Amino acid sequence: MTESSLSVGSHALSAKALAERRLGDRAFKWLTLLMALSVFVLIVLIGIELWLGSHLAIQKFGARFLTSSEWDPVKERFGALPFIFGTLVSSGVALFIAVPLSIASAVFLTELAPPWLRQPLIIFIELLAALPSVILGLWGIFVMVPWLREYLFPCLKSALGFLPLFQGPIYGVSVLAGGIIIAIMIVPIITSVSREILRSVPGLQREAAYALGATRWEVTRIAVLSYARKGLFGAVILGLGRALGETMAVTMVIGNRPEIAASLFAPGYTLASVVANEFTEATTDIYLHSLFEIGLVLLGVTIGVNALAQVLLKTFAGPIVTR
Amino acid sequence: MKWRSILNALMGSLVAMIVTGKASAQMLINGAGATFPYPIYSKWFDEYAKVDPSVRFNYQSIGSGGGQKQILAQTVDFGASDGPMSDENLAKAPGKILHLPTVAGADVLTYNLPASPKLKFDGATIVDIFMGKITKWNDPKIQVQNPGEKLPNMDIVVAHRSDGSGTTYIWVDYLSSVSREWETKVGRGTSVQWPVGLGGKGNEGVAGQVKQLPGTVGYVELAYAKQNKLPYADVKNAAGKYIAPSIESITEALAAAKIPDDFRFSMVSPPGEKAYPIAGATWLLVYEQQKDAGKGKKLVEFLNWAITQGEGMTSALDYAPLPETVQKRVFERIKTIKY
Repeated sequence: MTESSLSVGSHALSAKALAERRLGDRAFKWLTLLMALSVFVLIVLIGIELWLGSHLAIQKFGARFLTSSEWDPVKERFGALPFIFGTLVSSGVALFIAVPLSIASAVFLTELAPPWLRQPLIIFIELLAALPSVILGLWGIFVMVPWLREYLFPCLKSALGFLPLFQGPIYGVSVLAGGIIIAIMIVPIITSVSREILRSVPGLQREAAYALGATRWEVTRIAVLSYARKGLFGAVILGLGRALGETMAVTMVIGNRPEIAASLFAPGYTLASVVANEFTEATTDIYLHSLFEIGLVLLGVTIGVNALAQVLLKTFAGPIVTR
Repeated sequence: MKWRSILNALMGSLVAMIVTGKASAQMLINGAGATFPYPIYSKWFDEYAKVDPSVRFNYQSIGSGGGQKQILAQTVDFGASDGPMSDENLAKAPGKILHLPTVAGADVLTYNLPASPKLKFDGATIVDIFMGKITKWNDPKIQVQNPGEKLPNMDIVVAHRSDGSGTTYIWVDYLSSVSREWETKVGRGTSVQWPVGLGGKGNEGVAGQVKQLPGTVGYVELAYAKQNKLPYADVKNAAGKYIAPSIESITEALAAAKIPDDFRFSMVSPPGEKAYPIAGATWLLVYEQQKDAGKGKKLVEFLNWAITQGEGMTSALDYAPLPETVQKRVFERIKTIKY
């Protein structure tokens, strides 16, 4: 870059000022790089710490830890499979409920809602995000679970009882109840992020679609949703990340039974819950190391699920996105 | 205006804290461990501040496992645990750790049945329920012990603690004491592999499940059951009598229990006539040789006070005090602490 190209009118920048500006630019670049790297380093450090904390269990159980369904603190035999299963299923149920709900609310808020309704709704959704999870859990035990047991679950059973998913005895506390409470917790985050993404869709897109004679629904579908598809996917992934690690509220309604059952009415257990439940009273080394390994598995599951989601995004959403 | 005055008050008290803290050089004794005795311990620390204002106690109720770990790592001046330390853990200690029992509590069997009848159970029946062998309320084994009650043809759902807990330890310790099968198949621990049942987090989690699902049985601490007015059963003791859980029947159990010299004892199914069989003590863990002479002296003074005057305050908070014979033995043991 020559000095003349930077001169503005008659006032040219001196060489010294230029050098300073370059230094500032460079410093800024390095600073942001450092910040971005620190997130990465943090995850690696957490991984290393979990590895160090769990090495006894890794040595003793090896790969069996991931495939065994036994969790017996007395005889010191530990396996993570039921917890992995419970985590994935409850998060899956949560996404199944929360994704349509959140994206529909976001569409309503950005595309359809009259202004007098928009702001109050946004405030309510954000209030939901501010609820402490233990409060939600208590509400879950005392209000939601009895309601599910008395009304929703019997309905599901009579309507869809031919599916193995909805068979077996109804206790109320169940994987399904856990999934529902996670859904309640991730709706605000998916909605808020989706709303921001939909708002950032250029008005021109909508106008162009209207000009082609599209109806309101067609505009939303073609011009807005498919334009924002990648961003919406990102919002769902954020929600999924929260769902996988959700602990307190889930443990209060999921039944805490390390068992793999086909029915969503059966109790289950999640990775995060077992750590929260048993960590304080774990006195032997191998027990503690196994709980650390559960943490390591949770980190692995989270990273794995996210990576899978990225691959899915590339394969299916790639060519359509115009950005 | 209001905010400013609050702020001023806060600043004032902060300054006062710093100033007085410096002036009196108040000693801070740190402890950590069991959650079960936390209410009585904080009451003791509060009351003791009036007896000896020069010392302050900081107790973190992080769980018995945490208490044992912290005392082993010497990061606290005393630990607290709802279960005695294992030989394996004691061997890791850099010095001799003394177990000092302070109070005892009991587990009760609570249930949800229409009309909340007062029920009676013996140990074998409770084991069969928790093993999943008795699955109906009108099972003859339950009915025969409760001749006056018409028990419904209802499924039994078992609720247990999902979090590791001293309450669970007492419960499975009792089940192991009455059933060889339970002892070998499930065993004793703060968390176990339950043959059947749903896990609830904390006393409130178990009580919540029992309250809401008719036909559910679970176990909670006596204090919790009393404070929340839950129905609970009488249990047959080793002498063959059905005993209601109460402060008195727990203290009877303590008096009847065989307590070895190191105070690492289990008090389930003791032989006494009036003893309630499902109870357990909680312990303070201190090093026999104190590192810090000043702190050691203050700690011993406090322990002496707790085991004498302090014991008088326990019943009000639904804990059972140690019987006099045991108090005397603990008192003698405290004398052996060196500093």
